[in-house]
This record gives sequence, structure tokens and C-alpha cells, in this order.
Amino acid sequence: MSDILLEVKNLKQYFPVRAGLMKTIPLKAVDDVSFTIGRGETLGLVGESGCGKTTVGRTILRLYEPTGGEVIFDGESVTAKNITHMRKQMQMVFQDPYSSLDPRMTVEDIIGEPLDVHKLYSNRKERREKILELMATVGLNAEHATRYAHEFSGGQRQRIGIARALAVNPKFIVCDEPVSALDVSIQAQVINMFEELQEKLGVAYLFIAHDLLVVRHISKRIAVMYLGKIVEVADSDELNENPQHPYTQSLLSAVPIPDPDITRARQRIVLEGDVPSPLNMPTGCSFRTRCRYATEQCAKECPALTDRGDGHFVACWNK
Amino acid sequence: MSEQYLLSVQDLHTSFRTDSGEVQAVNGVSFNLNPGEILGIVGESGSGKSVTAYSVMQILADNGSIKSGHILYKGEDLTTWSEKQMSHFRGKCCSIVFQDPMTSLNPVFTIGNQLGEAIRLHTNRKGKEVRDRAIEMLELVGINEPEKRIKQYPFELSGGMRQRVMIAMALACEPDILIADEPTTALDVTIQAQILELMQDLQKKLGMAVILVTHDLGVIADMCDNIIVMYGGRICERGTAREIFYNPKHEYTKGLLRSIPNVNNMKKKLVPIAGTPINMLNLPAGCAFCTRCDAAMKICLSEHPEEMAINENHRAACWINVRDQLMAEGGEQNV
Repeated sequence: MSDILLEVKNLKQYFPVRAGLMKTIPLKAVDDVSFTIGRGETLGLVGESGCGKTTVGRTILRLYEPTGGEVIFDGESVTAKNITHMRKQMQMVFQDPYSSLDPRMTVEDIIGEPLDVHKLYSNRKERREKILELMATVGLNAEHATRYAHEFSGGQRQRIGIARALAVNPKFIVCDEPVSALDVSIQAQVINMFEELQEKLGVAYLFIAHDLLVVRHISKRIAVMYLGKIVEVADSDELNENPQHPYTQSLLSAVPIPDPDITRARQRIVLEGDVPSPLNMPTGCSFRTRCRYATEQCAKECPALTDRGDGHFVACWNK
Repeated sequence: MSEQYLLSVQDLHTSFRTDSGEVQAVNGVSFNLNPGEILGIVGESGSGKSVTAYSVMQILADNGSIKSGHILYKGEDLTTWSEKQMSHFRGKCCSIVFQDPMTSLNPVFTIGNQLGEAIRLHTNRKGKEVRDRAIEMLELVGINEPEKRIKQYPFELSGGMRQRVMIAMALACEPDILIADEPTTALDVTIQAQILELMQDLQKKLGMAVILVTHDLGVIADMCDNIIVMYGGRICERGTAREIFYNPKHEYTKGLLRSIPNVNNMKKKLVPIAGTPINMLNLPAGCAFCTRCDAAMKICLSEHPEEMAINENHRAACWINVRDQLMAEGGEQNV
């Protein structure tokens, strides 16, 4: 059994966008993305809205059919044919705890649905026992089982969503902005729960978020995305102390730190302008239009993600 | 006394009528704002921070009203003013920037038209002067090609640009007070950095006072001179930024700071605040935070704590401080 649980190879996801009466042009939401996740590891995926981080998560689970590339889970290639079987091992927790739960289903049925789909019980009693056990795991009371999602607060709903993902006993969960809709004081409860579940069950996470502080806290390694491409991957501490890509540098410097002395002492690298439209991407490196170090080479050719030692990968022409 | 303050809110109570009963959104909030000060109001959703700001502007929803209290602007009580006086106050003396730049601009009018409206209403400028002022304002907030932009509609601009237009509109009549209600929450972090930088620059240049309402402790730490922490419609702690972050004296503030990742030790386990946010329809008799507080005492459940001075730059409303002070004085043990 290798240490690598999930391998994403040259994943591409293009969406067709109408550009006139008969013509469509591809929107390159994810363009040639490759990374690996080890067993029981958390990989953080950060980037601004529209950079394709959610699409990466959804494409891994085949909620979208990928345009190109391959996802290998536990040595087996994920295809349209075996996806139902694969989803027994890969699950997802969604961002919005208000719209990702069916308002007409009771908590028991929401958590029980994956058990029904994968036929993971032999009788009603076993089903009920499994559901109550899952509810206890995520800190919900047994009497909540007959209630509907609207009767719960945001934090509790997110717990229901997590229990649903855990129902099939997966090895890997895509967490798509699981705490950004929650209040600060509730965020910590849910983050701690993700950490405890990982210690207990050894589940690996792809943790997608835009809050860099939260990602730095929970992840062992972090991948930074910009306009559909991964521009830098490194160990969490290494990335923070030694960011190499100019985009990562400005992203880290832009995060307001909740500590007056530290945050006021640092120099913010403010990026000029906005993110270019993914329908009209710059040639070469997609970050060059906002980059301080852009040269002629950057306009000609897109830099590949290359190892700069100790698993620190950077896609930039500047050394 | 209050003459010296630019804005003085005294014992403000604001409530909303709803189908399930009267919601006391703000319960006795008092604070003062000096000219040129940046005051941060921080709290969770439903803590009453936005309602406090809207009460100052008197732009509450139809079912909301100020029940009691005074809002003094340069010594004059705004709560006694007529709607006509208030519409003069809004924009000219005090203006507001809302959270969502996507919905707070009118989609069917051009940027120039909307910006011009504020200028026409509050100044004597006419015709070309209005247009020139609009262009000048767009330049001030760092929008390039302003002559082109004033002919465009909001949907043609990005989120960061729209928020710049909102700020331009708010500052067009040079108000003394700018209220910013979660101005960067809807924006990406690199765009947020641009907007915060812009607000700091403009504040220095124009010298207006700013009330920054947000839930983001990072933004507060970065921007504010003084901070008010709100919970359950009341102020639980106030002080300078350094006092609040390095010497918190209310259990809620302490809990908030423990529940966010520590920058000096990222892998340290977070300590969440137990329980769920308060239900404003059913406020406890005592301290609003008592049901979630680890250190709650008997008195916390029954009596609301008054604010007590910790030092000259710092006040907190928590019985624990009262107890500690009494114990230090060697007085009664049983508070």
C-alpha cells in the first residue's frame, strides 16, 4: 500500500461559454492541475474567488465530467463507470450548510441516504444504530434525528453535513469552504471536529478555503491557485516563511492578522488591478499582468510547476 | 460635556417588531466618537453592531425603531430631528458604505448619474460642475479612466471597483463621519487589501472620523484606534486596539481571541466558545454571554453587569472584574 491516497494528474475542466450565435469558447476553470494527497493528510487549497478551487474539488468527485487528465484514488483510476463505487471512499462537505441539506428530509434520512445508496445495512435497526452513532460522532443528540434541517443553527447544520459525508466511512473528504458561512466562535468548533475526526479515523482532506489563517492552521501542505492553475505548493510553515511565487507573497501580505502590533508593522504588497477574466487570459504566465517582476519571457511561455527542494513547488520564471 | 465629541450615542435602545415578538437588537449602547478617530465595532452576526450604525443614520427597516436614548451630533440630538433634517445629515455630515457593493448600487443608472445625485443634493454645484466633481472623486478613490467610467453601469465594474465607487459616493460631500458596514467582507483578500489601504489613505487626507463595523478581527486589528466589542445587543468591552487584543477583560473577547488561529503558533489547538449564538428573542436576565461562559458565576445569571473601568483606556462589563477588584481590596468574598 503506497503512502499516496489520491493522485491528480493534469486535470482539466473547461466549461463551454456562448460567444455569439453559433460559437462557444472554453472557459478554462481548471487548467492542467496536478497534485497528490497522502493517507490521513490535509492539503489546503487557497485562492481568490473564481480561481477554480471549488471546481477542482468537484471534478475529483466527478460532479463534473473532466475535460482531460486523470484522478487516481488508491491505485485505481476514477472513471464515470466506477464513480458510484468510488464515492464510498470519497465524500464531500459543502460550503453552504443552508442549501446543501434537503429541507424536506429529516436529519435521520439525510444521514441515512448514503447508507441507502450503498446498501450498508441489513435491517432497519442496524440503519438506525449507524445513524445514531454518526450523530454522536459529530456531537448531535439522538433526539435531533426526527427534526428537519431548518430547525438547526449554521454550525449544527454543518455537523449534519459532516455526518452525512462520514456515513460511508470514507478515506478522503473534499471540504469546500466548510467554515466560511459560520460565525467566528462556531468556526473553531467545526475546525476542531475536523481535526479530531482525522486523528480518530485517519481520513484525508482536501481543505478548500479562502481564509488563509484557517488553512494554515489545519493543513500540512498548502497549494495556491491562480486562474485555474496551481502556482505554488509547499509545506504550510515553509509557504508562510518563504513564499516564492509573487502571487503567494502578495496574498500572504494581504491577509489581515488579528494582532495589532504584527499587522501594523508589516509591509503590504498591494496588487494592482483585478483578476483578468478567465475567458480572456493573458498569454504565458496568467499572473504577469499584475506581477511586479514580469519580464518578456513571462508573456511568451507559461512556467511549469518545478521543485525547488524539499517538496516546495513553484511555477514562476523568476528564481 | 458632550459638546466636545463629534458624535455621542447615549443609552441607545433599538428594537424590531417581528411575528415572533419584539426583538431588542440594541440594548443600551453608549459611545463617543472624536473627530478623525477610527472606531471599530466588532461582534458576531446578530450582536447589534450593524443596527447601532443604522440607528445613527436612522435608516432602519420599517419594522424597526429607536425606543429610547440620544444620538448627539456636535451636541444636537438627532433623535428629535425631522426626516428633512435627517436627509440633510445623511451624506453631508455622515455617510455609509454597505457590505455588498453588488446590490447597493442601482443597476439601471450609470455610475456618473448615481454619483452626481449625491453631489447635486448636498452642494450648490450644477451641470458640468457636478460631472467634474464626480470625475475628481473617482480619481481620488483610484479608479483609472474616470471619464469613461462615469458612463458605465455597475454591472460593467468588478466588485472592488464598485466598492471604490461606493466610497467615492460616500465621500463626495466631505462628511465628518464615514460609517463602513463590513466594507470588505464580500471582497477577495487582495482586493480587500486595496480597499483598506484606500480607506486609510483617505482618512489621513480628509481627516474624517470612521466607524468600522466588522466581524473580522484581522481587519479591526489593522485599522482601528479604538474598539468596541458587542454581544447580544450590548457593549461588553471597549478600549484601545492594544488593550483589547493584548489585555482582554471580558470572557467573550477572550473566547473570540482563543478561537482564531494563533499567528505565532499556527498548530496550537483552537479553543472554541461553547454553545450557539444568542437568540435575541429570548435574552437571559443577566449577562447575555452567561449561557456560553465557562467562568459564569451565580450573579451572572440574574444581574446584568455594568461597565467597569479597567484603566483609563479600557472598560469591560463582566462580573469577574468586579469580583477581582473587590477581592484585591479585601472586601466581601461573595459577589
